[in-house]
Amino acid sequence: MTGLTTDDLAAPLGRAGANRRPRARKRYSVARTLRYLAMLFFLLVVLIPVYVLVVTSFKGIGDASPARAWSLPQTWTMVNWRDAWTALAPAIARTVEMVIPAAIISSFLGSMNGFVLARWRFRGADLVFTLILFGMFIPYQAVMIPLLQLVLGSGLPNGIPSLIVLHVIYGIPITTLIFRNYYQSVPNELIEAARVDGAGMLRTFVSVVLPISIPSFVVVLIWQFTSAWNDFLFAVFFSSSQNGPVTLALNNLANGALLQNYGVSMAGALLASVPTLLVYILLGRYFIGGLMSGSVKG
Amino acid sequence: MPRQIRQWGPPLLLISPSLIIVGVFVYGLIAINVKTSMTDVHKAAQATGRAPSHFVWFENFATLLGSDAFQHSLKNLLLFTAVFLVGTMVMGFLWAWLLDRPARGEGIFRSVYLFPMAVSFIASGVVWRWLLNSNQGEMASGLNRLFQIVGLGFLQNNWWNNVNVGIAAIALPAIWQLSGYVMALFLAGFRGIPEELREAGRIDGASEWKLYRYVLFPQLSPVALAAVIIIGHMSLKTFDLIMSISKPANYQTKVPAIDMYVFKSSFNYADSAAVGVILLVIVAVLIVPYLVRTARTEKN
Repeated sequence: MTGLTTDDLAAPLGRAGANRRPRARKRYSVARTLRYLAMLFFLLVVLIPVYVLVVTSFKGIGDASPARAWSLPQTWTMVNWRDAWTALAPAIARTVEMVIPAAIISSFLGSMNGFVLARWRFRGADLVFTLILFGMFIPYQAVMIPLLQLVLGSGLPNGIPSLIVLHVIYGIPITTLIFRNYYQSVPNELIEAARVDGAGMLRTFVSVVLPISIPSFVVVLIWQFTSAWNDFLFAVFFSSSQNGPVTLALNNLANGALLQNYGVSMAGALLASVPTLLVYILLGRYFIGGLMSGSVKG
Repeated sequence: MPRQIRQWGPPLLLISPSLIIVGVFVYGLIAINVKTSMTDVHKAAQATGRAPSHFVWFENFATLLGSDAFQHSLKNLLLFTAVFLVGTMVMGFLWAWLLDRPARGEGIFRSVYLFPMAVSFIASGVVWRWLLNSNQGEMASGLNRLFQIVGLGFLQNNWWNNVNVGIAAIALPAIWQLSGYVMALFLAGFRGIPEELREAGRIDGASEWKLYRYVLFPQLSPVALAAVIIIGHMSLKTFDLIMSISKPANYQTKVPAIDMYVFKSSFNYADSAAVGVILLVIVAVLIVPYLVRTARTEKN
């Protein structure tokens, strides 16, 4: 398949010195040990919040004393997890209903735009691309007031339906960018061959380009899934805790449980993070591909 | 004529929905927002159109920029951005440098350093609010308690509850979440440098430091610039973390994005819109030159 593998997109980091770097010589072993210790130190530091989250989520009332803040639970209890699940389950279900259509629709839009902008040279194409790209960087605060009035006036129901539309709209710049960068790497001959066979642009797009776009679709879907799942800004402006996504519900849960019961909010934070963490663990290569594309140059 | 339609029609068909959407929802709404920011819509009755509103030009901007409260927000934003940028750049570069050479289990280190990026600011805010608890001494929990346990009790402080520099404490979780991202950018940068370049430097007798200073750093500057732009613009828009760790009403941690939300909640649409415009200008000063430069280099 034309040498375009998933690796082009998904593995920009590669392995350190894969096949090209001579192994560090033995006499540097002191330096190497120090380096390893530094790496381990930072590993532990990064994991401190994870320890706190997990341990606190299993603590009961008996562990509430500050003196036991960093200790393991005296008795491990599932109560916090059960309470957090009761509080968040409806919101998690709504978030699933929100992110799936949002991610799919904006991927297709991005793919269409990316194809046109990568392949179709016209005067001002770069300007059009830059204008679209700017939409990725704007602070949404700069459109929020008129957007609120527009959405309210449009009669679109508050909550998930509004949020789907907003995630699709404001996802256009990033998805366009990722697809454009990818399509610029598609060999010209492939497109030319389709044209020689008499296929127009639309046909070429549907039957030649879309089938080889799967790797970037994965990257874009993951990216959109993660950012919509983790979004709080649109959620707080366009939904309430009764009809909003999980970030909003979690924030309300954490504020309600503020002084007394950190256990429930910690369990809730873990529950709310499970989907994106699973994606990161299972599809990490593609996740990183999306991150890299975010740096404009791709 | 028909030939031109055949040529222009299909691409236009594919791209025009998005162009119209971006035109309306980005540029159209920015224009309306600028207009709202120049009115005197400060009350619910005006926001809903039940009371008349007037055009007041730049009055809201003058009032905002002249007020101590908003200047405090801008100062907080500056301090937060400085700490966040320096923190992520230093940590990200350090981690990339540590992981640049082959090491056993490097994949695990990389994955762990990067994983906080996959978590929402709201979820991480839950645990960081606990970690940044301002209680000290007997009542200390969170990081203050940890400092006591490891014998660094003198490091205890009241974190984000400090009126002057408290916002810097909120930058800690931000650094925790995004250093891995900067690391990934730098790692990609390191790996894009041809091995021959390092070899050539070594053969010329360059010390390890000189190799970095004169050969590798210059090669990494585009990556560093991209990282500064991305982290910088994220920092200017910071909202979620503060909402989650502190509260919107807390004076010590407020930034413009929070002000915007607070104004909106009290139907003060004019000031809310004005804060949005100010944020847009700040971000544009950072982003527009970068986008123009990127477009130019791509052309060549």
